Amino acid sequence: MTGDLILVGTSHHRAPVELRERVAVPREEIEALAQTLAGAEGEAVCLSTCNRTELYVAGADAERRAEAALLELSGLREDELAPALYRLRDEAAALHLFRVAAGLDSLVPGEGEILGQVRSAYEAGATGSVLDRVFRQALYAGKKVRAQTAIGESPASVSSAAAALAQQVFGELRGTRILVIGAGKVSELAARNLLSRGAEIAWVANRSVDAAAELARRFGGEALPLDRAVGELRNADVVVSSTSSPDFVLLRDEVEPAVAGRKGRPLLFVDLAVPRDVDPEIGRLPDCYLYDIDDLEAVVAETLAGRRQEGKLAEAIVAEEAERFREWRASLDVVPAIASLRARAEEIRTAELAKAEGRLGRLTEGERHAVESVTAQIVNKLLHLPTVRMKQAAAAADGVVYAEAVRHLFGLEEEQR
Amino acid sequence: MVELLFWPALIAYGEAAVAFVGASRRPALAGRLGTWGIRIGWLAQTALLAAQAARADGFPWASWAGSLNLFVWLVVSGYLIWGCRARYRLLGLGVAPLAFALLALARVGGGTGIGSESHYSNLFLVLHVGLVLAAFAGFTLAAGLAGLYLWQERRLKSRSASVLRTSVPSLATLDELGGRLIAVALPALTLGIGVGFLRLRSNGGGIDALMAVTIVTWLVYGAFLVLRYGAGWRGRRAAYLALVGFALVLAVRLGLPVTHFS
Repeated sequence: MTGDLILVGTSHHRAPVELRERVAVPREEIEALAQTLAGAEGEAVCLSTCNRTELYVAGADAERRAEAALLELSGLREDELAPALYRLRDEAAALHLFRVAAGLDSLVPGEGEILGQVRSAYEAGATGSVLDRVFRQALYAGKKVRAQTAIGESPASVSSAAAALAQQVFGELRGTRILVIGAGKVSELAARNLLSRGAEIAWVANRSVDAAAELARRFGGEALPLDRAVGELRNADVVVSSTSSPDFVLLRDEVEPAVAGRKGRPLLFVDLAVPRDVDPEIGRLPDCYLYDIDDLEAVVAETLAGRRQEGKLAEAIVAEEAERFREWRASLDVVPAIASLRARAEEIRTAELAKAEGRLGRLTEGERHAVESVTAQIVNKLLHLPTVRMKQAAAAADGVVYAEAVRHLFGLEEEQR
Repeated sequence: MVELLFWPALIAYGEAAVAFVGASRRPALAGRLGTWGIRIGWLAQTALLAAQAARADGFPWASWAGSLNLFVWLVVSGYLIWGCRARYRLLGLGVAPLAFALLALARVGGGTGIGSESHYSNLFLVLHVGLVLAAFAGFTLAAGLAGLYLWQERRLKSRSASVLRTSVPSLATLDELGGRLIAVALPALTLGIGVGFLRLRSNGGGIDALMAVTIVTWLVYGAFLVLRYGAGWRGRRAAYLALVGFALVLAVRLGLPVTHFS
C-alpha cells in the first residue's frame, strides 16, 4: 500500500533569511529527522539548503507530521510560520521537486549545486516505493536538464564571469598566473574564483604591503608594493584589480613597454574597482583584454537572460518527467487488480490441468511440456489486452473504475474477502 | 550502388549544415543533430569512396572532381577527430556547408561515379594526390580555426556582453590546435610536392604556374611554423598568416582544372 506524496516546506520565495535559518536542518541531523518523520511505516526525505527547507513525506498523517516538525524546528507559533509554508501534494509535489533538482526554482536559475544537495537528501532519507521513485526521477530530470540545455553553463556573478572570461582566453587555467592588485574583499573573491579553477595567485600588490602579505600568505603568492605591480605584467596572465584609489593604478604608458615583450601572449585585465583602476586605453593594446565592472555586469545580465531562455526548454523536460510520475502513480491503482486477475487465471489453468491429470498421464514428458506451454500462452494472450487497457485507463485517470469492474466481473473481491 | 551512397552523404551534410545554423537558437538539440549529420554523412561518403575504389581499375580520384570528393572526405575526417565536441560546433558551421557544396560540385564534375583510368601510375597518384590533398584538408581546417580565433578575439576585445553565450574553444586552444594542424599538414605537403618533382624530373617537364603557387604556399606555411615555434608568433598574427596560406590553397584548388586536368 503506497501513501500520498506530500511536500511541506519554505524557500527564498516565501521566507526571508531570518526565517529560513530558523528552519534549516544541520546536515548531520537530516537523517535522524527523516527517520523520525517516517516512523515505522511511512517515508520521509528532508531537503535543507541555504535557500529552502522542504520535507517530502508519504504515509498516514504525513502532512500533519511534517508541519509539526517544521514548527518545532522554527520555534515559532503556527500563525507565525504558516504564511511562509507551502504544501503540495502528489503530482504537484513531484513537479516541484523536479524543478528544484533542475535548478529552476533556485535564486540563480540553473545553479548546479542543488542537484548534489537533492542527492544527499535522498541518500539520507527514509524512503519507500513513493519517495524512492520520485527522488530517482528528480535526479534523472536534473541531469537531463543539464545535459540537454545550456542552463548551467554560464556564470551568474561578476567574479565567476571574470573567471569564465579568463578560461575563454587561456582555456585550462592550471598554471595561469594571476596578479591581484588591492587586498580587499572584492579582489579576494575574484581571486578565489580563479583559484578554484586551477589558476595560481602568484602576486598580490597593495599600497599597504602588510595587507598584501596577509592575502598573499592565504593564497601562497608573493606580496608586492603597489609600484612594483607593473614590473610583473611581463609574467602575469590575468590582472585582477580592485583598489580604492581615486586615480588609475595602471596607465597605458607604463603598461605598453611591459606587454611588448610578451610575444603575443594574451593578458587579461579585470578591473573591479569604482573609480576604475585600469586606464581604458590599455584595452586597445594588442593582445590585451580589459573588462571593467560594467562590462562584467553586462556579461552576467546577458548570460542570465540566456539561462532564462534555456529555462523554457528545461521546464518542458521537467513537465515531461512529472507526467511520467503521474502515469506511474495512476498505474498503482490498477496493479493490484491486474495481479489478482493474473493469479486467478493461473489458478484456474493449473486446477484444470490437475483435473485432466488422468488423461494426461499417457503423455510423454515432451508432450506434457507442450500442453503446459500452450495453456500458459492462451492465458497470457487472453489477459494481454485487458492488462494494457487497464494501464491506459489508469493513465487517463479511469484506473480505479476499471479496476473495480475487473474485480467485479471476475469475482476477485470475493477472493479478497 | 555508388549512386545510392552519394545521396545519403549529400543529404546528411546538408542536414548538418542546416542544424549548425539552427544551433544559435537551440544549441543542444541542433548541435547534436548537426554532429550526427556530419557523422552519418562521413560514413556514407566513406562507403562511397570504398565502393569507388573497389570498382575502379586504378586510383579512382585522379580527376579534378574526383579529387574534390576525396578532399571533402579528408576535411570531414579531420574535423571529426575533435569537432564533435560542443565547443567546436561553430567550426561545423563552416565544415558542413563546405562539405555539402563541394560534394555537390564533385558530383556535377563526375567525381562521385566510377573513376576513369588515368595515365599516371597508381603509386604516384596515391602519394602525390593523396598527400597534397591531406595537407590541403589540414590547412583548410587550420583556416577554419584561424577564422574562429579572429571572430572570438574580436568579441573579447570589443567586450561584447554576449561573449560567453556562444560556446567556443578558448583563444589558446584555437591558436594551439591551428598551429598543430599546420605542423602536421606541412610535412605531408612537402612529401607530396617531392613526389611530384621526382616524377617531373624523370619525365622531363617544366614548372607551371600552379606548381609555382604550390611552392609559394609551402613557403608561407613553412614561414608560419618558423615564426610560430622559432620567433614565438601567436594569436592574431599567426591566424592572419594561416588565412593567407589558405588563400593560396584556394588558388591552387581552383587552378587545378586549368593546369593539371586541361
